Amino acid sequence: MKQKFDIIESTCVPLPLENVDTDQIIPARFLKATTREESFFGENLFRDWRYHPDGTPKRDFVLNDPRYGGEILVAGRNFGSGSSREHAAWAIAGYGFKVVISSFFADIHKNNELNNFVLPVVVTPEFLAELFATIAADPQAKVRVDVPNQTVTNLSTGRSETFELNPYKKYCLMHALDDIDFLMLQKDKIEAWEARCSK
Amino acid sequence: MNTLFDKIWDAHVVQHVDGGPDQLYIDRLYCHEVTSPQAFDGLRARGLRCLRPEKIFCMPDHNTPTEHQDRPIEDPVSKKQVDALVANAAEFGLTHYGMNEPDNGIIHVVGPEKALSLPGMTIVCGDSHTSTHGAVGAVAFGIGTSEVEMVMASQCILQQKPKSMRIRIEGELGKGVTAKDVALFLMSRLTTSGATGYFVEYAGSAVRSLSMEGRLTLCNLSIEMGARGGFIAPDETTFAYLKGREYAPKGEAWEQAVERWKQLRSDDDAVFDREVVYDAAEIPPMITYGTNPGMGTAVCGHVPTLDEIPVEGQPSFCKALKYMDFQPGDALVGKSVDYVFLGACTNGRIEDFRAFASVVKGRKKAPGVVAWLVPGSQAVRRQIEAEGLDLVLREAGFEIRQPGCSACLAMNPDKVPAGKYCVSTSNRNFEGRQGPGSRTLLASPLTAAAAAVTGVITDPRDFLV
Ligand code: SF4
Repeated sequence: MKQKFDIIESTCVPLPLENVDTDQIIPARFLKATTREESFFGENLFRDWRYHPDGTPKRDFVLNDPRYGGEILVAGRNFGSGSSREHAAWAIAGYGFKVVISSFFADIHKNNELNNFVLPVVVTPEFLAELFATIAADPQAKVRVDVPNQTVTNLSTGRSETFELNPYKKYCLMHALDDIDFLMLQKDKIEAWEARCSK
Repeated sequence: MNTLFDKIWDAHVVQHVDGGPDQLYIDRLYCHEVTSPQAFDGLRARGLRCLRPEKIFCMPDHNTPTEHQDRPIEDPVSKKQVDALVANAAEFGLTHYGMNEPDNGIIHVVGPEKALSLPGMTIVCGDSHTSTHGAVGAVAFGIGTSEVEMVMASQCILQQKPKSMRIRIEGELGKGVTAKDVALFLMSRLTTSGATGYFVEYAGSAVRSLSMEGRLTLCNLSIEMGARGGFIAPDETTFAYLKGREYAPKGEAWEQAVERWKQLRSDDDAVFDREVVYDAAEIPPMITYGTNPGMGTAVCGHVPTLDEIPVEGQPSFCKALKYMDFQPGDALVGKSVDYVFLGACTNGRIEDFRAFASVVKGRKKAPGVVAWLVPGSQAVRRQIEAEGLDLVLREAGFEIRQPGCSACLAMNPDKVPAGKYCVSTSNRNFEGRQGPGSRTLLASPLTAAAAAVTGVITDPRDFLV
């Protein structure tokens, strides 16, 4: 969902698994839809980990565990590998996550998250390990993500790191602009190019 | 010291976004029914119109049946997508070539044929085989649905510039060796990820000698090497092909355009990030034996033996052979064939039908072979009839179907049954691509024709005088 990013403070949902691929995030059978309603994809986020085939929730999956919640998903390394489907990012955004923290993201998925107002935050393996331990000890533990300063802080331990963010994408996130909004603001430049170059 | 890719790309940069990608102006957007509905929805949600509707052309091709196009489509999911495109094009004021109308066909066949794709242009479509249009000397590449929406709204796209690669093929192609064989050969050498991250310029005397149809086939397959796109600098062949076509400039404007287009070439001292050269004489008629387009070999050759495959590739090699039910070291010639598919944006053009007809002329379709001959467009179908090729083909036991993507990806009813072998002129032999469990052998129209009349894999050179 399009929203302005500034400082986010939230509890976290831990998913301490590596190589979570986009087929798990949103299974292929959900790609036939002709619309992109985020709520639909959000409802089916991690569908096969989350629900039995008959639709009843799997008790032991973290999204069904009432102790955990929040706007931040914390996942093991190489999150979002596999197919390039943008639907995976639609599902994460549709579920309500604003931030995903991991020590490594698959390239295309990372871009897809950014394009859909989910901020991928890359931290060191040490930071990630400590964060998983913090959340395991206290499900109410909070993390603070400061977008203007590009810092992420484990508020329980005080450990803090800076993270990378492309200046263009940072601008878009902080102003709730996506690529299309950005382009719509460039109309003068587009028309100038046309006047100069196209005939 | 610029490459042609640099020249076309740089000329279309509206601005370099600070700390971000290039904002690239797009001259032509093509839309088909599968990847466009969410983009139109997005525009509606934002209350936007298309900025330059006259630069956008729509046509259904993936879901269209190849029989009875005058009747409503039976499959409800297909019908919904095709109908949505009709409605969206009308709402947003875009040109739409509907199913069964005289201008319809596979978008990548129709674009060049109507000269909607011209030298020096930037061309995009929500379809990976948009690379086809590079054959006219354009920078053409496939994009995602969000990007389709982006182009509709602003006629621009935000994009990081890819690296440049040149593939030169020097010398003369042998008898029975077509552009399709060149592409299959390149993929077998470079693998399906060999050009990932690059835009490819094809050059060299063998490439120059290709007809426009052949060039379209070659550029079509760029994506199967992982490239974003591939193109060929325009020359007299290009100009002769485009002249007089519907959207080509006319009269004085034509002369001026040709003068401009003649400048579209890489400088002699241009530096490419990567360059490879092959000898045309090395290339035989090719066929694939596995489940990606890079798993190809000479028709007269054999499936590789295990020791010819690097250790890390062996598990996927074995998996592919199991799927195909082939053994390492098997000879390919003589293996039985159940289906033959001539068509797709790879080989659905008039020259492909001429080639096919030249082999089957005076012969008969092998009993037991099901053959689907699907022109890439209505115009190709008309040309087949004008040249009397339909008579030659009918005499040999073949029928011409109506245009569309057809068995290339089997979204319409043309599906190869599980376990059956299909010699196909399309571009992908992935597991299940032509229908669940189908087994695809990619080859040229000549090789497809030789299989169609013998019922087994056959070296097409046996049929050429
Ligand atoms: S013919 Fe095949 S590859 Fe070409 S556009 Fe249609 S489905 Fe895609």
